[in-house]
Amino acid sequence: MERSVIIAGFGGQGVILAGKILAQAGMDHGLEVTWLPSYGPEMRGGTANCTVVLSEEPVGSPIVDEPTDLVAMNLPSLDKFEPMVARDGTIVMNRSLIERDLERTDVRPYLVDVHPLAEEAGSSRAINMVALGAYLKATGVVPLEVVKGAMARMLEEGGKGKFVPMNEKALELGYEAV
Amino acid sequence: MGERKLMRGNEVIAEAAIRAGCECYFAYPITPQAELLEHMARNMPRLGRTFVQAESEIGAINMLYGAAAAGVRAMTSSSSPGISLKQEGISYIAGSNLPAVIVNIMRGGPGLGDIAPAQGDYFQATKGGGHGDYRMIVLGPSTVPEAGELTILAFDLADKYRVPVMILADGMLGQMMEPVELPDPVDPATLPKKDWALTGAKGRDPNIILSFDLDPEVLKQMNLVLQEKYRKIEDNEARYEEYQTDDADIVIAAYGTVARIAKTVVRRARAEGIKLGLFRPITLWPFPYEPLRELASRVKTVLTVEMSAGQMWEDVRLAVAERAETPFYGEMGGVVTTPKKILSEVRKYAR
Amino acid sequence: MPVNTENMVKVFGRPESLTDARFTYCPGCHHGILTRIIAKAIDELGIAERTVTIAPVGCSVFAYLWYKCDAVQASHGRASAVATGLKRANKDLIVISYQGDGDFASIGTAESIHAANRGENITVIFVNNQIYGMTGGEMAPTTLVGQRTTTTPDGRDPAYFGYPIRFSELIATLDAPVYVTRQALYDTRRIMDAEKAIKKAISYQVEGKGYSLVEVLSTCPTNWHMSPLEANRHVAEVVTEAFPLGDLVDRGG
Ligand SMILES: Cc1ncc(C[n+]2csc(CCOP(=O)(O)OP(=O)(O)O)c2C)c(N)n1
Ligand code: SF4
Ligand SMILES: [Mg+2]
Repeated sequence: MERSVIIAGFGGQGVILAGKILAQAGMDHGLEVTWLPSYGPEMRGGTANCTVVLSEEPVGSPIVDEPTDLVAMNLPSLDKFEPMVARDGTIVMNRSLIERDLERTDVRPYLVDVHPLAEEAGSSRAINMVALGAYLKATGVVPLEVVKGAMARMLEEGGKGKFVPMNEKALELGYEAV
Repeated sequence: MGERKLMRGNEVIAEAAIRAGCECYFAYPITPQAELLEHMARNMPRLGRTFVQAESEIGAINMLYGAAAAGVRAMTSSSSPGISLKQEGISYIAGSNLPAVIVNIMRGGPGLGDIAPAQGDYFQATKGGGHGDYRMIVLGPSTVPEAGELTILAFDLADKYRVPVMILADGMLGQMMEPVELPDPVDPATLPKKDWALTGAKGRDPNIILSFDLDPEVLKQMNLVLQEKYRKIEDNEARYEEYQTDDADIVIAAYGTVARIAKTVVRRARAEGIKLGLFRPITLWPFPYEPLRELASRVKTVLTVEMSAGQMWEDVRLAVAERAETPFYGEMGGVVTTPKKILSEVRKYAR
Repeated sequence: MPVNTENMVKVFGRPESLTDARFTYCPGCHHGILTRIIAKAIDELGIAERTVTIAPVGCSVFAYLWYKCDAVQASHGRASAVATGLKRANKDLIVISYQGDGDFASIGTAESIHAANRGENITVIFVNNQIYGMTGGEMAPTTLVGQRTTTTPDGRDPAYFGYPIRFSELIATLDAPVYVTRQALYDTRRIMDAEKAIKKAISYQVEGKGYSLVEVLSTCPTNWHMSPLEANRHVAEVVTEAFPLGDLVDRGG
């Protein structure tokens, strides 16, 4: 089994962190992983994305031209990456910001209204965890509990331990939404 | 061995250097190797070691020259434009028989170029970017864990031969994260003593470190000593990996990030029935000419793939020497090649 | 009905020599204000058609986009040397070198000092934001004592990293420079002063008087982790303590 996901959105939507947490959780779960961010000035207010590959075998290419999955947090990201997703792949998209429907009919779409769920969890900043929760349920790639653990550890290491409960709630709400 | 941790390539190189006993690190900021500097800024002072943010890359390489002359393990890091500025210093370090480690996290060039991953500095690294008849061991890691291993090897080889060693990686390797297990730290105090180092002429004749002599005959002798050392390195230190080459009709020759992308291509090509393999030089100097030549006599095609206009390609053609066809496919300017693009090149040569 | 503009006074307009290209700077960054001021001076002196601007390496690497003037992009720190080459090759050009503090006062130290010492007839605008903006917030030679950056995570300790360098004061000790001044942009009064200083510096070049340096205390809200307003206040209250404002040399009058 090898899964690859591109998580993409505006800079500031937390897509880079969501990918890191997924990669950390994949590793904790005993998988081989790579995490590759977009980097450079495009992060300054522009778009950001990262690619996570999770595999039972050593990972070959960390750069992916046919991801099995996509998490699109805004329209430019969906426009850019939708055509690349593998057939029968999974697309989680942020319904709160993306009005259009998918053009692809050969993929499994999950439309999640992430913003109200993030607010419900405690802050609009938690949209990345809502989306990640939805992605976990849609694909089953790593168990929710493992992701919660990875998230808690990473936030604590970064001195942001007080946000753990909110982000846990956001992961759960996303998970339940699909 | 330590615990398995998810780490960025830049951080792994920095942490591996610390564990190898690097006591002094000098650098000037540049993208895409910022995290290397930041890791050193956070950790070296805490360990009572030296971190200096130099006023320029020229400053940093000469600080490295000084620290190496003092006999400690020392390192500098930068990315392409900054490495260009270090060339004079590298020539001095080589000419003075000093061990030192230099990291180049390559980006697109020439000139200011961009900050995206590229492999356009291969000539500069392997053919002598500075002046004079010198060589530098060049190691090309392909994964984040290998970046850690080769950083430690770099310090060992530098000390063993008293030469500069370069880690030649690209922005993608620097930025990406992968699980890594680093070895336990070496205590610098336990490393072999360097009797040539500048430690103060107490109870011995003064040690003098130079790369010059105005008498051409003497300078020639100094050069011959260097050349003899380089032949020894060529004989003993060439490293490479072969992947699925046993029954291959076509092999890709690639190093660093491109080589790992090519591994995916090998798997995909084989699923299509194309007998594809990969030849991956790990030391770019010394280049593994002999093993590639031997492999070339068994295959039809050696396709070189690089993120450059074809620099390692010259070494591949030297090695293959007409034993197989040697086409080239490359991307430039920081455009990263993908498995799909490489596979469509491979198909051109498959029957 | 068409508006009668005859009796109207234009108080604020887009300088003629500024292009329509959008700034690449972060919100609240002083690089943007400074760019307009320079364009205004170019307009007022009527020199757009013979001005060459030099873009450095730093957040202002795109400086060539903003002016309807010829431009060249220099390698990191070498802009004053490139300016020397341009001016020596064609003395009719008005050469404006725009450089950050890392560019001008760290990696470019040798080129910066020697262009000044030769009294090259050029104008250097030196943007002191006490940080390496472009590369993500490392220590600059001008970083204040105690200031946290990504390479001084515990704050700049002078015993380990040295003190902030007052480069304009260094240049001011030389005999050749005609005008060396330090300006700021944190309120309207300072902006008006800076406009005057920049216009004076360039007009000295037009008159063939020689080298001038305008240091401008600037903000980097992004890497200082401050709002634009906090950043302005920080310049007014803290930065000007370490870098006092005013003319250091004026031999042009
Ligand atoms: C030779 C070389 N070294 C380093 C860099 C990386 N670099 C780009 S911009 C910059 C510093 C910019 O800081 P500053 O000059 O203060 O300008 P600011 O972005 O703060 O306006 C550095 C170190 C480079 N491009 N070339
Ligand atoms: S990083 Fe700082 S200096 Fe650069 S544009 Fe943004 S605010 Fe201005
Ligand atoms: Mg600056």
